[in-house]
Amino acid sequence: MSSYVTVGISDMKIVKVPEVLISYALGSCVGICILDRDAKLAGMAHIMLSYNKNGDKENLFKYADTGITEMVRQMEIMGGLKSRMIAKIAGGAKMFEIQGSSLLGSIGDRNVAAVKETLEKLKIRIVSEDVGKNYGRTIIFDSSTGDLTIKSFGKDLLVI
Amino acid sequence: MELNEIHMDFLKEIGNIGAGNAATSLSNMLSKRIEMNVPKVSLLDYNDIVDSIGGAENVLVGVLIGFEGDIEGLILFLLKKEFVHLVLNSLMGTELKGFEEIGELELSALSEISNIMVSSYVNSISTLTNMKINITTPSLNIDMAGALLDAVTAEFAEVADKVVFIKEKYYCQNETAHSYMLLLPTMSSLKTLLKKFGIDI
Repeated sequence: MSSYVTVGISDMKIVKVPEVLISYALGSCVGICILDRDAKLAGMAHIMLSYNKNGDKENLFKYADTGITEMVRQMEIMGGLKSRMIAKIAGGAKMFEIQGSSLLGSIGDRNVAAVKETLEKLKIRIVSEDVGKNYGRTIIFDSSTGDLTIKSFGKDLLVI
Repeated sequence: MELNEIHMDFLKEIGNIGAGNAATSLSNMLSKRIEMNVPKVSLLDYNDIVDSIGGAENVLVGVLIGFEGDIEGLILFLLKKEFVHLVLNSLMGTELKGFEEIGELELSALSEISNIMVSSYVNSISTLTNMKINITTPSLNIDMAGALLDAVTAEFAEVADKVVFIKEKYYCQNETAHSYMLLLPTMSSLKTLLKKFGIDI
């Protein structure tokens, strides 16, 4: 087992086989994992918001649309091919629910929707997902197997 | 709007107000003499907060309460295990070994305590500013710190990268316990607050 490469919040990393990517404790954030088996490349982005409406150039990976697009662009530069890429996604939980208040919207749901829309535009298929609900997820993506392992508090490990 | 030094100092000050009242109400609720250090108020971003509370995967109790009225925003209360133990032990005699043991009854007790502490916090700000502020019913979750935080900070990411982070240290007999509070006013509420104190924006 090789050591983990950590992906922070609003961050993205691309690794080669056999490296393993990890991102900790995603709540409403969404982790997008993309694999190109033939190029032996794996990428993981940890986005916080749905759309980069104000054209923020400094934090591309904070947003689903610009984050995923930039990750795919960089993977292509490294020899990846969009038509071979597959995606796995996890996160987008609703950690709190305040009744009768508009202050805490369903940011998790909005993030998941934006991730799906962006992947669809790029024609990258989502092969598996574990999204929504009300708990946090630590995600581990193995570039050798393409397995996405999900760790949550008080729950069994889930591999998708 | 960019936040400058003066705005930051002001936010810290707002964070400070009422901390003593919150400790007093906790003391009354638990019928125990509870002392408190001067709270440490700072402006931190997500990563700094995560570091301050023991890492992204550290499991905590998170209580989220909204405030509405003349100003609106969110308050996130994060309770460490020793604090939860202190509260539950004083109220119900529970010997808490791990968060897995927390049931419905314990959750509602924690929710009530948080509600009362946040109320006294908000009331002191309300009295000082002569503004009407109501708070919502608390929403509670036990999970990894990073996950409890990201939803709340994401909601305010377009307002500011940093939030008011208050670290409180309580002493009760031989025990010490920490809790953390995050204050997140909306941008328009922040402007209202600053104006009230004659600070230019």
